[in-house]
Amino acid sequence: MTRILIALVFAFVASFPARAAVDIEEVTSPGGITAWLVQEHTIPFAAIEIRFRGGTALDLPGKRGAINMMTALIEDGSGDMDAQAFARAREELAARISFGAREDSINVSAQFLTENRDASIALLRQALVSPRFDDDAIERVREQILSGIQSDALDPNEIASRTFDRLTFEDHPYGSSPDGTVESVAALTRDDMVEAHRMSLARDRIYVAAVGDITPEELATLLDDLLGDLPETGAPQVADADYLLEPGITVVPFDTPQSVAVFGHEGIDRDDPDFFSAFVANEIFGARGLQSRLMEEIRVKRGLTYGVGAYLALKDRAALIFGQVATANERMAETIEVLRNEWTQIAEEGVTEDELTSAKTYITGAYPLRFDGNAQIAGIMASMQMAGLPIDYIATRNDKIEAVTLADIRRVAARIYRPEDLHVVVVGQPVGLEPSN
Amino acid sequence: MKYSFAIAVAWIAVLGVARAAEVSSFTLDNGMEVVVLEDNRAPVVVHMVWYRVGSADEPPGKTGIAHFLEHLMFKGTETTAPREFSEVIAANGGSENAFTSPDYTAYFQRIAADRLELMMKYEADRMVNLKLLEEDVATEREVVLEERNQRVDGDPGSIFTEQRRAAQYINHPYGNPVIGWRHEIMGLTLEDAKAFYRDHYAPNNAVLVVAGDASPEEVRRLAETYYGVIPPNPDIGPRVRPADPPHRVERRLHFEDPRISQPYVIRTYLAPERDSGDQEEAAALFLLSRLLGGSSATSVLGQSLQFEKQIAIHTSAFYSATSYDDNTFGLFVVPAPGYSLEEVEEALDSTLDAFLQDGIDEVQLARIKSQHRASDIYAKDNLQNLARTYGAALTSGLTVADVEAWPDIVAAVTADEILSAARRVLDREKSVTGWLSGPEATEEEVMQ
Repeated sequence: MTRILIALVFAFVASFPARAAVDIEEVTSPGGITAWLVQEHTIPFAAIEIRFRGGTALDLPGKRGAINMMTALIEDGSGDMDAQAFARAREELAARISFGAREDSINVSAQFLTENRDASIALLRQALVSPRFDDDAIERVREQILSGIQSDALDPNEIASRTFDRLTFEDHPYGSSPDGTVESVAALTRDDMVEAHRMSLARDRIYVAAVGDITPEELATLLDDLLGDLPETGAPQVADADYLLEPGITVVPFDTPQSVAVFGHEGIDRDDPDFFSAFVANEIFGARGLQSRLMEEIRVKRGLTYGVGAYLALKDRAALIFGQVATANERMAETIEVLRNEWTQIAEEGVTEDELTSAKTYITGAYPLRFDGNAQIAGIMASMQMAGLPIDYIATRNDKIEAVTLADIRRVAARIYRPEDLHVVVVGQPVGLEPSN
Repeated sequence: MKYSFAIAVAWIAVLGVARAAEVSSFTLDNGMEVVVLEDNRAPVVVHMVWYRVGSADEPPGKTGIAHFLEHLMFKGTETTAPREFSEVIAANGGSENAFTSPDYTAYFQRIAADRLELMMKYEADRMVNLKLLEEDVATEREVVLEERNQRVDGDPGSIFTEQRRAAQYINHPYGNPVIGWRHEIMGLTLEDAKAFYRDHYAPNNAVLVVAGDASPEEVRRLAETYYGVIPPNPDIGPRVRPADPPHRVERRLHFEDPRISQPYVIRTYLAPERDSGDQEEAAALFLLSRLLGGSSATSVLGQSLQFEKQIAIHTSAFYSATSYDDNTFGLFVVPAPGYSLEEVEEALDSTLDAFLQDGIDEVQLARIKSQHRASDIYAKDNLQNLARTYGAALTSGLTVADVEAWPDIVAAVTADEILSAARRVLDREKSVTGWLSGPEATEEEVMQ
């Protein structure tokens, strides 16, 4: 019964037009700023996503946390408005504007009603171009950030990630928290904010995507209004991060009933010719939720955890394959043993024909479902531009997945899963687990 | 009605305009309610089945059984293999999830629109044909205990939340955690799961929500084919839960844990929720929560405690409007360095007193209302959230008409109505005030 049904489903899939109905056009403003646009006039609002490449990795030596703090302050007063006046103006327009500092980019996400478009864009422009960095706002935000840093210091998940990052990248910005330390944040000044702003928000590193109720002509004008007054150039981007992680197990003692582990080693770049094969292999191995091998072996068969996964991390200046799992202190040793066995098995044997077929149908079928909602599509298009993907990528992406063969997976799995390089950081009181370095 | 629908379709065909979220609803002969949110922007559909049963409907001593059963619903049926449904969803590029709340248990899939029938076939099957094996139950109980470890026992903030909620309700099961108390999860059996399934999973206790690229006519045809053939369970009556007696004494908790570096004070008051045909008080409380604790730069608490007195680094207010029984209205304050929890709590109370005395800033109220109107427009962009709004409402005693009336009811609330709702709800006798902090500093540490 089951087998017949599955066969039927696959027959079904063969006729499935796995294509995302996303019609992207490139818009260039008179001032020379380029954006990708999807027009969608059904709902009277538009979403715009702006990325500035660089992010918190651009922090200067001794100034860790400056770019994160600067980004938090953008909405805390600009032009002739203090923090409260800016918040009132944003509420009056019912505009949604948020700023986020990431490792490799500063992300600006805005959604505005068509009827309030001009005023909303003027408000966003003011925040980006002329933030005030008032002293009282700096002190207010500094206290919030310090509170977060102190809480993170007692959070096992944060401790595990930070330890893994520090052992992997040491002094490179990827090796420390983008929030900075208590000491570095306490020492930041208004001048540091001005400098962080000058370094990061410039036109030579900008990527823009817009989706919604806006025409190409309207967008072209908007781009110059919004971004034309930003400085031409910012700080140089950081160098590649050396990978410094030694194999082994690190235990950070922490009083908690459940240990947390972060594990992994060096990964694969997006521009590697084998990237798509690696991506498919890792979906099967650890990334596709409950259907992954790690979930099957560690959660479903043994009940060792609520969740486990492994992912390809594509940073601008480094690549990792890493994952996370949490389990009772008494069961962490067994969990790591299963993990190691799985790592070895996929490296030595690759995957099965069935696994590959089912992963391909899943990956190609799920792809069009991602393009759901204006804000979501704007985010995807901005990421595509940052990754250097062509504008017609969406139409060709599934072909690249389909082209992956069993032999490709075998070759790439032997290369990217390296049990001998695996490092596991455990935070907790794991029983029967010896730190190996 | 049919006539006007035909006209609408013709009009849209002529203009070639895609429609965003047209709502229709009907009930199958066996009592299963159906809501369709048609949106043709993408060839995708969200299929959800919501059961009117949650952790607050559990038998005494069996906390966690609603959530445990949710896990076990993926273990296969009389005619399908364990996890076959999940594999079919994945093989078709779909995603799935399930969630349990005090008031509902819901299962949903997001998938290409032409796979809707397949989803209904499987979901209808596991509504009545679930097959549970002893070994599955044992392993899955371990998974749930690890989930509890991860969500609660390893996190002092979550332990505190659980204890506060237990203190908020004297007799009502909202005082129990959704995931269950550890000692009771450990005792849950195959028979417990089967009994709970038998008592609550039936079409007349379920709501189907389909959102996306599917017409109401098609959904009705498919729903009648797959769900319509399942007989109702006549033993399912109205939901009656143990009720709280009048709350006569304010309750206070102070939880210390070495993993806490940032202390805070949080207070919740027992508060009425949205009732069908009677949502005015809830609308006033919703606006009250925005006024007191919306954006920190414009809210009453933020302006007073963060900007003027500068004794707090975070403030917020929250209110659970959609719920089957009375829920809570809450206030949250994180002190700035150098201020004690006692000091910020005093400041919180004096700010509330001043607010009740001075009245409401009408200009700020207008800003909040215009944001609320806009949020309806933004909400149309996320079909899955919109579908969740309907599912949660319909399993919390509300109707489609109540959901549609809500924006206008919120828009019509006056400042006076908000103030009188505030005076009724902000009553310390019905409140729980919690302090969370690290251990008291020893004298030696203080001297350093």
